Amino acid sequence: MSSMNRAESEALIEEVLEVYPEQARADRAKHLTVNDPSLEDASKCMTSNRKSQPGVMTQRGCAYAGSRGVVWGPVKDMIHLSHGPVGCGQYSRAGRRNYYAGVSGADSFCTMNFTSDFQEKDVVFGGDKKLQKIVDEIEMLFPLNKGTTVQSECPIGLIGDDIGAVARDASARVGKAVLAVSCEGFRGVSQSLGHHIANDVIRDHVLTKRYDEKPEAGPYDVAIIGDYNIGGDLWSSRILLEEMGLNVVAQWSGDGTLAEMEETPRVQLNLLHCYRSMNYISEFMEEKFGIPYMEYNFFGPTKIDESLRAIAARFDATIQEKAEQVIAKYRPIMDQVIAKYRPRLEGKRVMLYVGGLRPRHVIGAYEDLGMEVIGAGYEFAHNDDYDRTFKELGDGALIYDDATAYELETFAKRLKPDLIGGGVKEKYVFQKMGIPLRQMHSWDYSGPYHGYDGFAIFARDMDMALNNPCWGALTPPWKRAQA
Amino acid sequence: MRQAAIYGKGGIGKSTTTQNLVAGLAEMGKKIMIVGCDPKADSTRLILHAKSQSTVMHLAAEAGSVEDLELEDVMQVGYGDVRCVESGGPEPGVGCAGRGVITAINFLEEEGAYEEELDYVFYDVLGDVVCGGFAMPIRENKAQEIYIVVSGEMMAMYAANNISKGIVKYASSGSVRLAGLICNSRNTDREDELIIALAERLGTQMVGFIPRDNVVQHAEIRRMTVIEYNPSCKQADVYRKLARNIDENKMMVVPTPLEMDDLEDLLMEFGILEDVDESIVGKKADESASA
Repeated sequence: MSSMNRAESEALIEEVLEVYPEQARADRAKHLTVNDPSLEDASKCMTSNRKSQPGVMTQRGCAYAGSRGVVWGPVKDMIHLSHGPVGCGQYSRAGRRNYYAGVSGADSFCTMNFTSDFQEKDVVFGGDKKLQKIVDEIEMLFPLNKGTTVQSECPIGLIGDDIGAVARDASARVGKAVLAVSCEGFRGVSQSLGHHIANDVIRDHVLTKRYDEKPEAGPYDVAIIGDYNIGGDLWSSRILLEEMGLNVVAQWSGDGTLAEMEETPRVQLNLLHCYRSMNYISEFMEEKFGIPYMEYNFFGPTKIDESLRAIAARFDATIQEKAEQVIAKYRPIMDQVIAKYRPRLEGKRVMLYVGGLRPRHVIGAYEDLGMEVIGAGYEFAHNDDYDRTFKELGDGALIYDDATAYELETFAKRLKPDLIGGGVKEKYVFQKMGIPLRQMHSWDYSGPYHGYDGFAIFARDMDMALNNPCWGALTPPWKRAQA
Repeated sequence: MRQAAIYGKGGIGKSTTTQNLVAGLAEMGKKIMIVGCDPKADSTRLILHAKSQSTVMHLAAEAGSVEDLELEDVMQVGYGDVRCVESGGPEPGVGCAGRGVITAINFLEEEGAYEEELDYVFYDVLGDVVCGGFAMPIRENKAQEIYIVVSGEMMAMYAANNISKGIVKYASSGSVRLAGLICNSRNTDREDELIIALAERLGTQMVGFIPRDNVVQHAEIRRMTVIEYNPSCKQADVYRKLARNIDENKMMVVPTPLEMDDLEDLLMEFGILEDVDESIVGKKADESASA
């Protein structure tokens, strides 16, 4: 049951808005709302995917981050060239913990930084020739690469280099995929447009490379779409699908390969975890190849059980039976985890602020531990994400879109959550306020959190953060005596 | 669908010529879209009878970003059912006009502006291809044929030759070709012969010769094309002939730009450039007088 009171939440939003100048207040009012689980259409009460307000801190990234960092970055056997000045590539190098199996520098390249290191002269004279040369050098130094993506940084879009033409040329010359991605950071309002641009390049240059129509497929062929293998998430998900008898043909894009992506048209069903970043390509495969897709949720045993059953329902009785066996097999392990941690976490209240999927997807996992999510917000969600969020949250919970630092801090001060799930930009602010914070982008250097195995780690980590003895030591003894 | 880009020295009459030519094609029943690729945004005013159309970049700046726009916000339909779009861009001296062109054309593609049943798309491009943005209209899958508007004046011909050099670069990596010179006459001596000779050297043709006629200005003051303003005048027929020539044009070439010396020789041949007396180079007035 929700511990939140609708009227109090509304008053809190009013209070937060009060300090803004008129125009900013009018704008921010559209991004803050109080949850009503019966809502279905976010457009009635929310605005999202709009430009952030200037003058406040936003946690958003850019289109380059969405393409280079999220969608393309984890494709391990391709080289993702940060095309432009050196900073974007270097500061995003290995920034996301998308694990992969392979030999770095030989057949896998995720954690390396390839950059064209643009100089003044490249801006003035154009970088086409340099780019050609880089592709040749890559080919010479890393012959096992399966292709290159050219991830455009801002200056490339400004000087108007035709990287598409260079990529076509280079691709013909080296006989491998060379794909131009025009994901300049100034495009769009957040990393979300970068996801879309990256999806479009896959649509145009990868998916129809092997097949123009749907090929023959095995009866149980599926693909995992939108799992980036943060801390090994994909691995702890894949084993469940395989245990229930499905054949995972491709992983997009965590620990993924170009060949897998090209082969995806043959699957019977696409399983979509991160809807926000890969709904575009899932919809394309549905239209082009007639491959249906379904969203699923592998956080916490309740949602995992539900998802496994829903996935199995798309297949025959054998799979359905095996799904039940898988659920039954993990049940006692999950019961043990819950028995151990639930008493330590029961009734604790959580505020979430993450990217485009997790604020709604992890709610079930917290609930499995007896915890309550009292506020959730996204950095770069669209309205269809909020449509999916209302029914997951309790009545009266706060919802905040593209929240400013000020809003998050004020909400936290008033609501006094026991735990915040956020990112590294929030982490130390709130911990200094005495509120435990777990990073829910990177799993705080832990993980995996997906799947049954992941839940055991999730439960341990939340306990570790929340019940850490350090929180009791924040007030020095002499002040404690006074109080 | 044929896509053509019109280039030429600034002030040579690209926009006027393009719109009059398009009016001629529209009269023939062709479905046409004009994409103005110049921050001045004056490529569609004669078709729309407007001072200047709201541009893609201007509307995008108002709405927040280009993603917030719909095709119908930026496209207007004018004389002869001609569809008009202006990319727009910053005031002179600020910002990045080239990016404006790139953003606008990407937007048109994403919004399916090219998917309608069109016979022609014309890109009216800023005089000098100063950066990659202004070469956007001649990238792969866009304009395949380029027309250069030129006159018998020396600087206009220099510009035409320079633009041809640019086309060679893009022709080598794609299928864009030079399709002809359009002479917008300044009433210089033997202008038609000169431009025909220049066209020959460049490996192309003079696809039309537009004599100077005040009716063009009369129409322009009324923000109309000549064909609409005075369909029976002689100049209207000139534009109709140009439209026909372009409609029937099959001559697409990779140009052979001239070396500077050759271009100067050509200009001297037609008496536009005097033979240079090397002995006077670098001499001040008083030095020359005493010499």
